[in-house]
Amino acid sequence: MTALTPADVDLTTVLADAHLDNPVMTASGCAAAGQELHQFFDVSELGAVVTKSVMRDPRSGRPTPRMAETPSGMLNSIGLQGPGITAFLARDLPWLLQHDARPIVSIAGSSLGEYAELARRVGNTPGVAALEVNISCPNVENRGSVFACDPFQAARAVAAVRRDTPRGVPVFAKLSPDVTSIVEVAEAVMEAGADGLVLINTLLGMHIDLTTLRPLLGGGTGGLSGPAIRPVAVRAVWQVAAALPGVPIIGVGGIRTGADALEFLLAGASAVQVGTVIFNDPSAPRRVIDELRAELAVRGFAKASDAVGFAHRSTPGGST
Amino acid sequence: MTRGTAVSRRRTTAQAARGPLQVDGEVFSVKRVGDYFHLTIVADGIAERTRPGNFVALSVGDHTSANLLRRAFSIYRVKPAGIYGGTVEVIVAAHGPGTSWLASRHRHDRVNVVGPLGRPFALPKQPVACALVGGGYGSAPLFGLAEKLRERSCTAHMVLGASTEARLFGALEAKRAASSVTVTTVDGSVGIKGVVTDPLPTLLARHDIDVVYSCGPMGMLRAVTSVATQHGAWSQTAVEEAMACGVGVCMTCVLPVVGDDNITRMVRSCVEGPVFAGDKVRWDAIGTVPAGTYGTPVSSTRP
Repeated sequence: MTALTPADVDLTTVLADAHLDNPVMTASGCAAAGQELHQFFDVSELGAVVTKSVMRDPRSGRPTPRMAETPSGMLNSIGLQGPGITAFLARDLPWLLQHDARPIVSIAGSSLGEYAELARRVGNTPGVAALEVNISCPNVENRGSVFACDPFQAARAVAAVRRDTPRGVPVFAKLSPDVTSIVEVAEAVMEAGADGLVLINTLLGMHIDLTTLRPLLGGGTGGLSGPAIRPVAVRAVWQVAAALPGVPIIGVGGIRTGADALEFLLAGASAVQVGTVIFNDPSAPRRVIDELRAELAVRGFAKASDAVGFAHRSTPGGST
Repeated sequence: MTRGTAVSRRRTTAQAARGPLQVDGEVFSVKRVGDYFHLTIVADGIAERTRPGNFVALSVGDHTSANLLRRAFSIYRVKPAGIYGGTVEVIVAAHGPGTSWLASRHRHDRVNVVGPLGRPFALPKQPVACALVGGGYGSAPLFGLAEKLRERSCTAHMVLGASTEARLFGALEAKRAASSVTVTTVDGSVGIKGVVTDPLPTLLARHDIDVVYSCGPMGMLRAVTSVATQHGAWSQTAVEEAMACGVGVCMTCVLPVVGDDNITRMVRSCVEGPVFAGDKVRWDAIGTVPAGTYGTPVSSTRP
């Protein structure tokens, strides 16, 4: 492989029926609905903006404290605070479309009926690039009801969304790493009609306050994110890519730089999401595009898609 | 250039420049002030956009730092670009790994700055009587505020309080900036022995105060609001909530605030605050989601 100039690298990305200019997106829950980050860079330059999971009804979320800094990461227990689907469709989604962003709308339901209703209302809005089904948020009242922890429940939620989403709008299922076999859940949701996967959501964690001698977070437990979880995410992408070749995967978990993004591509992800590092650097998603382009160029990848799954090849360093 | 033209040029820039910037700042100086550290960072463009009550979010460490979350600080002072680049100044209490890192910077070190952020203090349109109450280094944004108030022919009576003298910030500067200064310390090491709300009722009555501005710990803000409300004064509080991003995307810094429609919402203190009308904050319910809050499940909103 010979090095290329970054400008020569083709970053266009195809994820099922979604065609994106580049493989870099925001991660759900780390970019609200794009407006705030637009102060730091043009959100239309991203491959897609993945919006914070929207529920059917407005939701107040959990009490504070809602976050704790941890080594190279953080715990959050927001509890899906949000405006509800009606306000989202009236205000947030039109803003993204007016600003030429490619919205991928993350939806979260507390029942199959809610997932279906959200799928209908979002899926029928012109301009939505894809749906992301959040079946794996750890910050719900009943941990037992996290759909993604059980292959059967996960499949039911995804089937409900797929059935009520128009053809041509891809449905991606976001999975939890807090399972014995993520491959088993991945197989179940693909069989249920998902067009691709988002790997991974946060890991469930806890921090105990040494002053109060009690759990720090208002919700007790929270979701661990940031660079600390990146190896777990890369492992999940690798395992699922190996077991389900050809399934579009969006990799997410601790991406801070273009080099991190490349690692996910090599493991088998066709696209990546930048999340927690936005809190450290609000320009990070835009920066990662340029860095990824440079990382691909220096390794002689003429197309981002050429790097996807490259690490699975048996001859390291083989020519592309 | 005469002072007059400099001021008018600055106004023009301020009108044109809106929204926060992200600037790779350079430390100009770190000075010890009592128990605190006074950090001056060269960060072009921040000054021209800053109004009293705005804050900055500083990153900790470099681009590989394990401390990902930005630390939020009220802006103490700004200087627009002149012969030197524009600067922003904050007061840091080094009580954790992030603030200790910031306090141990040296001249020419890099610190990434995002700002100015948040809603500033609302300024009266009439020349009214104002009290400015600061707890500890919470006094930092009040000096710029006092200057703005006096430009509008308002009076600015300052009350500064702390546990002890080393934790007072700006008592000397207050003598220059304010119409009058009252100091309280819990241990009596300087000023009146007690807390800021001890002399406040007398001060509000004596100067017939219309607006009470405050910045400091939540408990103090609650008590100051209560005194202001009893006196019939309008209350503006700059809150301290733990933030992860400072720019409005993480949803961690929420607190229950009553809207004009009388509905309580969990609102972000970084973008809808940090300055709130004191009587709109549900001080008693901070750390909870009170029953009836917008978006609570119907089952928990029963009276």
